[in-house]
Amino acid sequence: MRPPVAERETVAPEALRLPPRRDLAPYWLLLPTALYLGVFFVYPMSQAVWLAVSDPRSGQLTLEHFQRMSDDVHFRDAIRNTLLITAIAVPVQIALGLAIALMVNTCFRGHTMFLYLCAIPIGISDLAAGLIWLSIFIERGYLNAALGALGAIQQPVTWLSFERRDWLVSAIVVTEIWRATAIVMIILVAGMQLIARDYVETAQVFGASRWRTLLEVFLPLLRPSLQTALIIRTILAFQCFATVIIMSGRLVPVMAGESYFWYSLYRNANVASAYAVLILLFSGSITYFYLRALRQRELDVPR
Amino acid sequence: MTLRRLGFASAVVMISAWVLLPIMLIALAAFSPRDVLYQWPRPLWPSTFTLDTFLFFAGSSGVLAATWNSVVVAGLTIALSFAIAAPTGYALARYRFAGRDAANLAILGTKMFPATVLSIPLAVTFLRWGLYDTLLGVAIVHTALSIPFVVVIVTSIFAGVAFELEEAAMTLGCSRAQAFLRIALPMALPGLAAAGIFTFVLSWNEVFASTILTLDNRTLPALVLSSVSGAGAPLHYRFAGGFFMVIPALVIIFLIRRYLLSLWGVTVR
Repeated sequence: MRPPVAERETVAPEALRLPPRRDLAPYWLLLPTALYLGVFFVYPMSQAVWLAVSDPRSGQLTLEHFQRMSDDVHFRDAIRNTLLITAIAVPVQIALGLAIALMVNTCFRGHTMFLYLCAIPIGISDLAAGLIWLSIFIERGYLNAALGALGAIQQPVTWLSFERRDWLVSAIVVTEIWRATAIVMIILVAGMQLIARDYVETAQVFGASRWRTLLEVFLPLLRPSLQTALIIRTILAFQCFATVIIMSGRLVPVMAGESYFWYSLYRNANVASAYAVLILLFSGSITYFYLRALRQRELDVPR
Repeated sequence: MTLRRLGFASAVVMISAWVLLPIMLIALAAFSPRDVLYQWPRPLWPSTFTLDTFLFFAGSSGVLAATWNSVVVAGLTIALSFAIAAPTGYALARYRFAGRDAANLAILGTKMFPATVLSIPLAVTFLRWGLYDTLLGVAIVHTALSIPFVVVIVTSIFAGVAFELEEAAMTLGCSRAQAFLRIALPMALPGLAAAGIFTFVLSWNEVFASTILTLDNRTLPALVLSSVSGAGAPLHYRFAGGFFMVIPALVIIFLIRRYLLSLWGVTVR
């Protein structure tokens, strides 16, 4: 497995031996990316904010769109559901991803096969994942078929219905966990490869149990990767969209879904942008929170 | 000790089943006769297999065109994102310069950014520019989404190709560009191909932006989503469609398995 670039910098200072260059070449090479992201990333971002706070006709600043957004019947539900799905799915993804990564890291026979197998959902879209789990949870789906074959039920159970909002949310959460644990796992496996074996061995020489070595040496060293996985997963969960639409239509409103409906159903780009800005605000604040809460303490082992 | 190994082995089996079983089930549904999907008691294993369900999906109006659109958009995305981001990746791997850390951080930031929210303002802008409902418009957004990934993987690939080899070529009379073209590029090619394939998946799978930015020229995910959410497509259409979209993913993850770690393994410190 090719170690990522970061390791080469910390472990073998190979890159530092490169001839120091004072030329402008790297800046020229960076220019296309900077320009492109400026036009198609930074500009639309400012545009989103502008659409959300300006009147489309007069061009004056207004809070009217935010007002319409928050007056909408789905507004509270959308925020509540998005946060609920995130709050359940992300911790499970982190725990499961960490468990799989630790198992891969023991390098048991067949561990690479196991790694690739667990990585498969990375290539599956939220839309396809929604359709896959729909075939399980729908009324004539595999779950009911299995329960029926076991004799547990006589009539098919309607799992995905308006009356059972909690079942709907659970089905969405299960699908999210199935699909996105793979990304967490990959980030953590990559992070584990950066941890020098010496630390673990030293702990064991000094008589630490496996469990203590894991908790007090290994996991603290893994913190940067855990933090990345947590941020990436949370932000992506705030945008959950296709899985939710496939499973529930609009029975479980979420923020990205509302943005979609306001744009394509009501043809209102301003309120849709207000939702976009809301997602942006949520993502920004949670990232800030994670970076503060998980900041490396001074007494910790330096990496 | 054996108990521990037994527990470990069963955990491996259970997790593998958890990942694989749903994929097998959707494949089963895609090749089941239509009436099996609606009957009760619902058999777990269909008595016959058929291509009808799958062909029904493939023959539904717009599916073939949308598949072609998806391929075109993915191709455009690969071309655009490599043209724009590959030089940046090379620079980050080969040069030390002021602002290098800031550039790395910016790339990481764009990777974490909730980029789908950009689709709404871009739709408004694209209407003005005449890019709305065009494949190029979708490809432009997909390029913005894949640039951070292309930069990261290209950086790690060229960091893995020793600069000394390029230097050696230069002492033997190659120019800087020749050394790059004849030495570094061929060695980096497999990794670059993997990055290209990953970009393909990213674009092939993207739903939100494609749905927002198109009306008639749908990509496949946009078509499936709108026919499910808008027109209430029948179950067999949904299952066959789900399976159809998963196939490339299965092939592709196998192809780029060696590079998965470098695609995602960059961290905030």
